[in-house]
Amino acid sequence: MTAAARYLSDLPDAAVTGTVAAPVLEQRFGRGWWTGFLISLALTVVMIVSIVWLLWKGVGVWGVNTSNVWGFALANYVWWIGIGNAGTLISSMLLLTRQRWRASISRFAEAMTLFAAAIAGLFPIVHLGRPWLFYWLVPYPDTMGVYPQWRSPLVWDFFAIAAYILFSLMFWYTGALPDFATLRDRATTRGRQVFYGILALGWRNSARHWKIYESYYLAMAALGVPMVVSVHSVVGLDFAAGLMPGWQETIFPPYFVVGAMYSGFAMVVVLAASIRWGLGLQALIKPAHFDVMAKVLLFSALVMSLSYATEWFFAWYSKDQADRYLVWWEFFGTYGPIYITMLACNCVIPQLLWFRFARRSLAWLVPIAILINVGMWLERILIVVVTPARGHLPSQWSIFWPTIWDWLLLAGSLGFFALMFFLFVRLIPAASMHEVKARQYEEAQA
Amino acid sequence: MQIFRASADTMLRLGLAVVLLGPFCAAAFGMVVVRSNYMTGENQTPIQPVPFSHAHHTAEIGIDCRYCHTGVEKSARAGIPPTKTCMTCHSQLWTNAEMLAPVRDSFVNGTRLNWVAVNTLPDYVYFDHSIHVAKGVACTTCHGAVGNMKLTRQAAPLNMGWCLECHRSPGGNLSPPSAIFSPFPQEKDSAEIEALLSHYHVSNAGLTDCSVCHR
Repeated sequence: MTAAARYLSDLPDAAVTGTVAAPVLEQRFGRGWWTGFLISLALTVVMIVSIVWLLWKGVGVWGVNTSNVWGFALANYVWWIGIGNAGTLISSMLLLTRQRWRASISRFAEAMTLFAAAIAGLFPIVHLGRPWLFYWLVPYPDTMGVYPQWRSPLVWDFFAIAAYILFSLMFWYTGALPDFATLRDRATTRGRQVFYGILALGWRNSARHWKIYESYYLAMAALGVPMVVSVHSVVGLDFAAGLMPGWQETIFPPYFVVGAMYSGFAMVVVLAASIRWGLGLQALIKPAHFDVMAKVLLFSALVMSLSYATEWFFAWYSKDQADRYLVWWEFFGTYGPIYITMLACNCVIPQLLWFRFARRSLAWLVPIAILINVGMWLERILIVVVTPARGHLPSQWSIFWPTIWDWLLLAGSLGFFALMFFLFVRLIPAASMHEVKARQYEEAQA
Repeated sequence: MQIFRASADTMLRLGLAVVLLGPFCAAAFGMVVVRSNYMTGENQTPIQPVPFSHAHHTAEIGIDCRYCHTGVEKSARAGIPPTKTCMTCHSQLWTNAEMLAPVRDSFVNGTRLNWVAVNTLPDYVYFDHSIHVAKGVACTTCHGAVGNMKLTRQAAPLNMGWCLECHRSPGGNLSPPSAIFSPFPQEKDSAEIEALLSHYHVSNAGLTDCSVCHR
């Protein structure tokens, strides 16, 4: 038995397929699913209403003001796109580095990436004063005779996110292709046969199919790693390219990549626990999976703590009055208590993960992961609002406090994310059947 | 058991092509429409209360542009003349012409003639006629050969790309002071362009800054 075996189910192949396919094909979803679905549907309506209200009244319904212009919209954007990070890392980086444990969690982690990236993409668009003109970011042959401003990170952002969403969709779909064929073949009703038949694109499980599939999937994975690093670096550059204390820091791109990994893996832990419980996938998603993800979280917590410390150090080392004051103000200014809470959630509490019991017990790990997500959200909020609140020009200092519409859009986006997941578990096999079986076969050969 | 008919493959391919090409075609269609005369107003001739002929009044009888458009050298707007300006001549000439009845009515009753604007710019564009005239942009450069227009039509698309074409490279659109108010555009050679640029002190530095037109 190899070390990778602890991530494998003890089930025979047919049982693996049955465990994953049954919830989708038999559609045994009880009151729990419907309750969750209806709550998230209601929140999705809240999201739509708050977007319509925003479009109708303008960005003044939010707490933003003339110098603190980004507020929740950009903080939520950075947070959501960060959530997406883990799916891509699990699917591509772990595939390339042959981390076998990815097999049973990759599918829903990739779905998480796709939904989170799509929601993230929404926020920069709605934060525009005239959101219906967002297509001006595209270099199309316009009648205005102008092109997007290529020196602006916001334009890089547009390309990074658009490429990322397209990539995530294609990669996720490709990974699910053989599983769609499985569902097509196991479906008993005509409707499901056609639905999954179309999604399966005529997959026949031939050796030639598999050969093409494997090389394509691997090539996509190789594209995915630089893609995910670049997208979060560009998010960091949105700030770092601005000439403001607290933003203009060379550490931002890598710091954002790790921050994204941190919040992303925290979200994967929460989702893995829910899906495992909801769909009865205990045989596939094992304590060893949570253990290894908790180690990733612990590592990220250390890197994040180092990054915060680096920010403080460089503010002091720069001798720049504005930078030094900003760090002081982070701790003791208006947002001080939030900053302390953020440090507790992101740096202190995750230290529990040094202990094996906290890594392997969901009663410990899930609350820690949720706190990490809260902490990372607070971090994004603080990055966005602290610098404009205490920039170089004291006459422009102004505090951002969210309004009810800021909160409703955030809550609505969470509801929409949940809604997509409730639909996902009903329509698409939540774990990669073919990959789990391939790993089990490899293990049996070893 | 066969789920799909043999044609399903073709249908899927067609469907994919539609899904991919559909948005592309829609965008291309939008780009064509936005450039059409229907959208820009170019070459459109609005119906006026009186069929006023620029061709007759400028090229044929030689009235200067500024006789009616008095503001063009000193203000943002060239100005539409009041009925009184028409009546400086038409109180003596063609006093019974049927065509001019609305002009006389307007003069007697003090109601304005509702001329329809031929060239309009959006409100967010700060456009000033006086600086363009002062820097050598002839009337005909934007308004076309009014000396030929029996009815006034819009001669340019008036979209931002069109404005910027000149703001990026103004030389070819400058005219010597003597030709500014001519009813017909004047030909000029490239040597003259350099001379005109230096005569008017025009360079394209800063001419494409956002705040030049959007204030």
